[in-house]
Amino acid sequence: MDLKGKKVIALGERDGIQGESIGKVAISAGAEVVLEVTHCFV
Amino acid sequence: MVLLGTPTADSTELYAITMTEGDPSWAGALAGVALKLPVYHVTEDEVKSQVDPDIYDEEIGIAEMVLEVDTLKAAAKKVRDRVEDSA
Repeated sequence: MDLKGKKVIALGERDGIQGESIGKVAISAGAEVVLEVTHCFV
Repeated sequence: MVLLGTPTADSTELYAITMTEGDPSWAGALAGVALKLPVYHVTEDEVKSQVDPDIYDEEIGIAEMVLEVDTLKAAAKKVRDRVEDSA
C-alpha cells in the first residue's frame, strides 16, 4: 500500500482521532485529501 | 482509500464494513452499496511508516497512547482480509 498520490477520505471521530489530524498526516505522505470529517456521537 | 480515526474496535469494524461492503445496519445511504475501498486505521504500521514522524507525533501521538491501537489495527485488517478473500 502506497499513500503517495492516492486520494484519501479521512474519517475521524471526536472520541478518537480528529479528521483534520488524519488529513495532515495523509498530506505529509504525499496523498490528496478529498474528504475530511470528524464524527461526533455524543 | 479511507483512513479511520475511530476509537474502538467495534466502530473501526463498522466504518470499515460500511466503506467496503456497504452499511451493515441497512439504515443509511450506503445500504447495499459495496464501494470496496481499501480501509486502514491511521495508526496502522502501513500508514505510519509513510508519514512525516514529527507531524504524526504532533497530531496523533497522544491519541495513540490512550487508544487500544492493537485492537483497532486488528479490526481494520480483519475487514480488509475478508474483502480480499471474497474477491
